[in-house]
Amino acid sequence: MSREKLAVQQARKAFLTGGSKPLEYRIKQLKNLHRFITERATDITNALRKDLYKSENATQMFEILGLEGEINLAVSNLAEWAAPRPVNKTLLTISDDVYIQPEPLGVVLIIGAWNYPIAVTLQPLVGAIAAGNAAVVKPSEVSSHTAKVMELLPLYLDPEMYKVVTGGVPETQELLKQRFDHIFYTGNSTVGKLVMEAAARHLTPVTLELGGKSPCYIDKNCDIRIACRRITWGKYMNCGQTCIAPDYILCESSIQDKVINEIQKCIQEFYTKDPKSFADYGRIINQRHFKRIMALLEGSTVAIGGDSDESECYIAPTVLRDVASGSKVMQEEIFGPILPIITVNGLNEAIQFINEREKPLALYVFSSSSKVGRVMHYFQLLNGKQTIYIFSQVIKQMISETSSGALLANDCLVHFTISDLPFGGVGNSGTGRYHGKYGFDQLSHLRSCLIKKLNMEGVNQMRYPPHTTEKLRWARVFLLKQVNLARWRQMAQVAMLVALAAFVVKRFLR
Amino acid sequence: MEKQVVDGLREVFQSGRSRPLQYRKQQLRALHRLITEHQADIEQSLKQDLNRNTYNTSLFELIGIESDIKLAESDLADWAGPRHVKKNLNIASDDVYIKPEPLGVVLIIGPWNYPWATVLQPLIGAIAAGNAAVVKPSELSEHSARLMNELLPLYLDKEMYQVVTGGVPETQELLKQRFDHIFYTGNSTVGKLVMEAAARHLTPVTLELGGKSPCYIDKNCDIAVACRRITWGKFANCGQTCIAPDYILCEPSVQDRIVKEIQKTLQEFYQEDPKSSPDYCRIINTRHFDRVLALMNECTIALGGESDRSQCYIAPTVLKDVLPHFKIMQEEIFGPLLPIVTVNGLSEAINFINTREKPLALYVFSSDKTVIKRMLTETTSGGVTVNDVLMHYTVNTLPFGGVGNSGMGAYHGRHTFDQLSHHRSCLIKSFAMESLNDARYPPLTAARLSKAKFFMQHHLCSCSGVCVWAVIATILAIGLLVGLIVVLIQKTPV
Repeated sequence: MSREKLAVQQARKAFLTGGSKPLEYRIKQLKNLHRFITERATDITNALRKDLYKSENATQMFEILGLEGEINLAVSNLAEWAAPRPVNKTLLTISDDVYIQPEPLGVVLIIGAWNYPIAVTLQPLVGAIAAGNAAVVKPSEVSSHTAKVMELLPLYLDPEMYKVVTGGVPETQELLKQRFDHIFYTGNSTVGKLVMEAAARHLTPVTLELGGKSPCYIDKNCDIRIACRRITWGKYMNCGQTCIAPDYILCESSIQDKVINEIQKCIQEFYTKDPKSFADYGRIINQRHFKRIMALLEGSTVAIGGDSDESECYIAPTVLRDVASGSKVMQEEIFGPILPIITVNGLNEAIQFINEREKPLALYVFSSSSKVGRVMHYFQLLNGKQTIYIFSQVIKQMISETSSGALLANDCLVHFTISDLPFGGVGNSGTGRYHGKYGFDQLSHLRSCLIKKLNMEGVNQMRYPPHTTEKLRWARVFLLKQVNLARWRQMAQVAMLVALAAFVVKRFLR
Repeated sequence: MEKQVVDGLREVFQSGRSRPLQYRKQQLRALHRLITEHQADIEQSLKQDLNRNTYNTSLFELIGIESDIKLAESDLADWAGPRHVKKNLNIASDDVYIKPEPLGVVLIIGPWNYPWATVLQPLIGAIAAGNAAVVKPSELSEHSARLMNELLPLYLDKEMYQVVTGGVPETQELLKQRFDHIFYTGNSTVGKLVMEAAARHLTPVTLELGGKSPCYIDKNCDIAVACRRITWGKFANCGQTCIAPDYILCEPSVQDRIVKEIQKTLQEFYQEDPKSSPDYCRIINTRHFDRVLALMNECTIALGGESDRSQCYIAPTVLKDVLPHFKIMQEEIFGPLLPIVTVNGLSEAINFINTREKPLALYVFSSDKTVIKRMLTETTSGGVTVNDVLMHYTVNTLPFGGVGNSGMGAYHGRHTFDQLSHHRSCLIKSFAMESLNDARYPPLTAARLSKAKFFMQHHLCSCSGVCVWAVIATILAIGLLVGLIVVLIQKTPV
């Protein structure tokens, strides 16, 4: 039996003992995961430095912080997430228990990626553990040092319930032959299709966190300086190897020079005049990707940067100008520190450009709001009104005429850190979502439960043969009426308050 | 031809015609008119397909469709509107919400057992969510398919919603095209092929499949009532219901009683000769007739067993002392045969269920709360009804779907809308307060790191309407109570 098959078998056996059902067990495992991150912090930092030239603080901020937040959120909310969720009843079920019960799925396979190996491999694991599943974790072999550190997980987590399987393509293919109850894959669309195809053979549901070219539209009416700061930060973090990095810029030709100027200033401010010697500027993961990215420069005009050093897998923060839509750099997700600028004649052309292409994982738009709009917005917030007021026509139009996994206006990347926002793609950029409660729900089965009693059999007469018109009439009444108990309760409360008020007023105004 | 259909639909979808809520409501109303104006035709088509009478058609198909349309119409603004999200300090001044959006072109492949409900209920969700749709009704329920092909273009925008009829070759051709979601109802074998085809385009799927839905009857329960309910659920539509109780598990001591009660109930429902009862249906075709009949081979017939191939009629049949290795226990019956498998108590029943594929539905009859609790916590299934059968299907606030081999995804009511939408996370920031962002920019110092930590880890509570209402109500109530007490106190010293 292959190592992979054995791992899955053991995980399934552990799951079937029911050991992961109690919430205390899950919380203990989550806390153990937390200990893994804190006790092995040095190992993790060193591994990420070797794999991606990530600085210690960058590791903390962009890998560990988010993961810790997810663990803490799961631990403090688990009881609520795992509890039965009552739903509105029909008239027919008014005296019954009607609720949705979250349940574990079974054995979850988590295939991680190499760009944020700790975050994208372990954040799904948090959801898997919280939902009460067993798991097989397959860290990416490309970030080999981090994969090695992850082999230490069995020292912290229950080694029977949570397995780590390392290896490359053959090992992953062997894993994908096995039967899982859910497969969570982070990576690219090509492999995503293969994962889903393999999953189909066992009717295994999948979550695919893929990628694509995330467009970034800069409106000419906006604070270009600040926009470029935020874009520069988002683009060159991790040397451009972020699934939600702004892939390319769309803007009108009149502002292209200004954009380039501002980005240049930011690059200097963030990464100094010599990014190569700067601790907080990363490297490309390996030579294969280095060559791939450098080849993308072909045919385009370099406005900033362009220099590289293959021996270090170093590519300078680079901006390309006047890029043609048919050029090499526009044919695939860049996943590197190259930022092409494509000029368009305004928003409509930008929207058309975006819609002609696959739905991206993220879409960025930079545009200022009117002052009046902002004042109105805050006024509404103060009044407790919950309406969303998009006070920029540009942003409004961009939202309504495009689609993407997520949309972020006037900044980059940060939607990833909001645990109450589901994180995922659409179309070619993926299926399913996670973070926070969404991760829990994604890796659970939400089972519909209707608990009736054996009395009141008389009511059921209307459904039994022999069927008559009269019986049908009753059935219609009972099945079509929705009962909103919360609303009834509210109305009863109002009635009581009114009665009390009337009573007091009558007494007081004697 | 199929490619042209899908390309045409995608073009129309991209024109944005289905985005306005008014348009979607209009289409939903048109669909409502379709089923009310042509109710008689629909009933007739089902009589020809399955010998189903008008009452059963209403009860099992039309009422559900109507309920979903009404709900979609009344709640659409709420469903399609932005959904608020809790913020953390980092984004206190920003707009954070989830916006439901249409996916694009949805393919709906329907089965033959409830050909209208299983096609129109997903279609309602597809329309409500703003998608275009291709509807592929099952060729096995041919009269219903023909009628659907005729009527849908007369009522709905035929450039946005199209019907494609045909059999396996047409379905295969459709599955080669690129859709934005595929909604398939049918069996697990074809379900795998659908998902495989979808994988080639990274198309998400909803698979409403089937399996053997177990029905455990505890010896401590009102067996007469239990058997009435089970009989109704099993033999409706001649057993051709995806959530019909497939087989019974019970202790040997109650088996005879169960058989007796079912016999009494059958007598009451279908009289002496079910064949001539207007309420008893037929098997869909001779292929399935042969398949179902063959399942009886090794079994001991306790009730029924008669059949008539010329009419695709199989009598309501109960089989006793069925053993796990019999053919009838190897596949979903989907017919009016009810095997009883005896087990020695709850633990054995749970074990029996857990060694098999996860079913679409699970039923347990008991007056004992501990039995119910154990059954629910130690097994899994798409859905559960305790002390009755089928009924969880009728509550459209409950998501209806399978797990494992019985399917993935869920629908009904709002869940259909959600299933056929993309929930796009939106964060609208302002250009102000750029200095706060300094914490994240390189060079990354320890000071910046701790600042970032602080902001990210603190949540703000979301002031939802309910919370505000509760607070106001409580303050008012307390105020009034205090006022009342003050008044009373003032009154006492006369």
